[in-house]
Amino acid sequence: MPLLEITSLKKSFRAPDGSQHTVLDVPIFSLEEKAQVALRGESGQGKTTFLNLIAGILKPDAGKIVLAGQEISALGEHDRDRCRASTIGYIFQTFNLLQGYTCLENVLLGMSFGPGADRAFAQALLKRVGLEDKLHHYPRQLSTGQQQRVAVARALANKPKLVLADEPTGNLDSRNATEALKLIREACRENGAALLLVSHDRDVLGQFETTLDLARLNRAISPVAK
Amino acid sequence: MSLFHIVLKSLRQHLFSTVVTAASIALAGGLLMSVWVVKEQSRATFTQVDGGFDAVLGVRSSPVQLVLNSVFHLESSPGNIQVSDFEEIKNDPSVAIAVPLAVGDNYHGYRIVGTTPDLFTKVELAPGKTHKLAAGRVFDEGYREAVVGSFVAQRLGLKEGDEFHPHHGFAHDDDHEHEEIYVVVGVLEPSNTPADRVIWIPLEGLQLMSGHREEAENEISAVLVKFRSPIAGKMLQAKYNQPEGRLTLAWPIGTIVAQLFDKVTWLDRVLELIASLVALVATASILASIYNSMNERRREIAILRALGAHRGTIFSAVVVEAASIAALGMIAAFAVYGVIMGVVAGIVRAKTGVVLEPFAFHAVMLWAPAALIGISALAGIVPALKAYRTDVAENLVPVS
Repeated sequence: MPLLEITSLKKSFRAPDGSQHTVLDVPIFSLEEKAQVALRGESGQGKTTFLNLIAGILKPDAGKIVLAGQEISALGEHDRDRCRASTIGYIFQTFNLLQGYTCLENVLLGMSFGPGADRAFAQALLKRVGLEDKLHHYPRQLSTGQQQRVAVARALANKPKLVLADEPTGNLDSRNATEALKLIREACRENGAALLLVSHDRDVLGQFETTLDLARLNRAISPVAK
Repeated sequence: MSLFHIVLKSLRQHLFSTVVTAASIALAGGLLMSVWVVKEQSRATFTQVDGGFDAVLGVRSSPVQLVLNSVFHLESSPGNIQVSDFEEIKNDPSVAIAVPLAVGDNYHGYRIVGTTPDLFTKVELAPGKTHKLAAGRVFDEGYREAVVGSFVAQRLGLKEGDEFHPHHGFAHDDDHEHEEIYVVVGVLEPSNTPADRVIWIPLEGLQLMSGHREEAENEISAVLVKFRSPIAGKMLQAKYNQPEGRLTLAWPIGTIVAQLFDKVTWLDRVLELIASLVALVATASILASIYNSMNERRREIAILRALGAHRGTIFSAVVVEAASIAALGMIAAFAVYGVIMGVVAGIVRAKTGVVLEPFAFHAVMLWAPAALIGISALAGIVPALKAYRTDVAENLVPVS
């Protein structure tokens, strides 16, 4: 049984002129446990919306999302929050670290709403990403590459079954991007987490064995996919 | 990372506004508690001050003025009565003690009161407690000797053996110095009563002071009276307080002081209202401060939500933050209260001799912090609702 199964997923938003604008219409998608899949997607193709729907941040208009045997599309917001806190790790293009929190506190925060804070595990994760000497540094005291490594550690803090990465290398130079991507993939593998990464960067996509094209998955932007 | 940690982080991140709003709560809370304690403790303390007497006999006048002049040594004397009036009430079988008072002179603004040694030897300020001397002895009748109240001794540096010239009137005036020289023979221990602010001399000393009217020789200002039983007060009140009488018996002293406080109840209400409004404005400042910071916090809230925080957790964090600011403010409010009460108690003691106890427990010390923290938490609901409604996807990253 796949870790993630999506069927007939639809999401639309209201445009400023009041009309409904469908941004996502995915008939079927699945992801196996511990798999690592890259989704190619350009701006405006709904890749962030897709990840937000899987994470339970957004609720679909129609369709079904089953994650680790739980139909999260049928859950209320409270239960979706709980599911996200315990099952999903999220890596953002802009890192989204909390500026008032140290590296260690950011990682601890990643586990606080799920399994509960485990200081030793948080320190081990930061050591794994090479920041054992930056535990008490604030994000502003780190380079962008280091900030992304904290974000990776935070995404794995709740021992997720699935890590979602939204353009995780978009703000990094090519050397840091390569290192970050390698780190993300290795860390997910070591922690037994599946990885679903979206990007428009050919270099990034080229490093994945499995790469899918969102334009083909999403009927809302690609009549061909119908 | 508990809710407590998230709140603590937010307080530190917004340190300036936290300190400013907590300070406004501290001032408001300190003011609120001070107003209540001063109001209630003043009433309780002043109505208990009777100098060990039940009543004051004086010239036909307001009982309040008689009590203020004879017991609290405030206000001007409403006029004099005859020595024979004193003799008459002193010999009344229902009267246990009667002590005459004569006023009209001062030394450096402190009132000089003529009386008899009975005031120090027979009158009990409280059961079994008479005036005690810290140094020296009680004056002898017929001599130019003085016993000085503790507060006067402290302020003027008077001690046993010191000499001084009385001045005429209740306010110090260099041009109205009497020629007589009095010598200090005793200093009273603090009694925490208006007697601490008085210089006591023999009755005849004041009656015969140079420059006083000749008639003053046979006059006194008032008589302090202690009854053998409470029923005597009613009997003598009926006797003296006749429509055409020339004397007034002010009895009972505590009730008359309470009537004075009743007359200024409106002032209490105004002060309560002002203090309460200040407190409300302070709690509103918490609302404004957190509400205004909500725009900059939206991204942070979205990140917390993306990490799995429930809307309820975010809502609670903001409410607890508002309550925490108020709690910090109320801790500091006790320092503000201490300063205000220290100043007020000092002024009250200097002006009346009555000692307030700023650090005695009062219920306001419980309900004022509870009320301000509670109202602040309620005020926090407004920004908390804004936080609760924060759209995660919209504030996390732009929708592609």
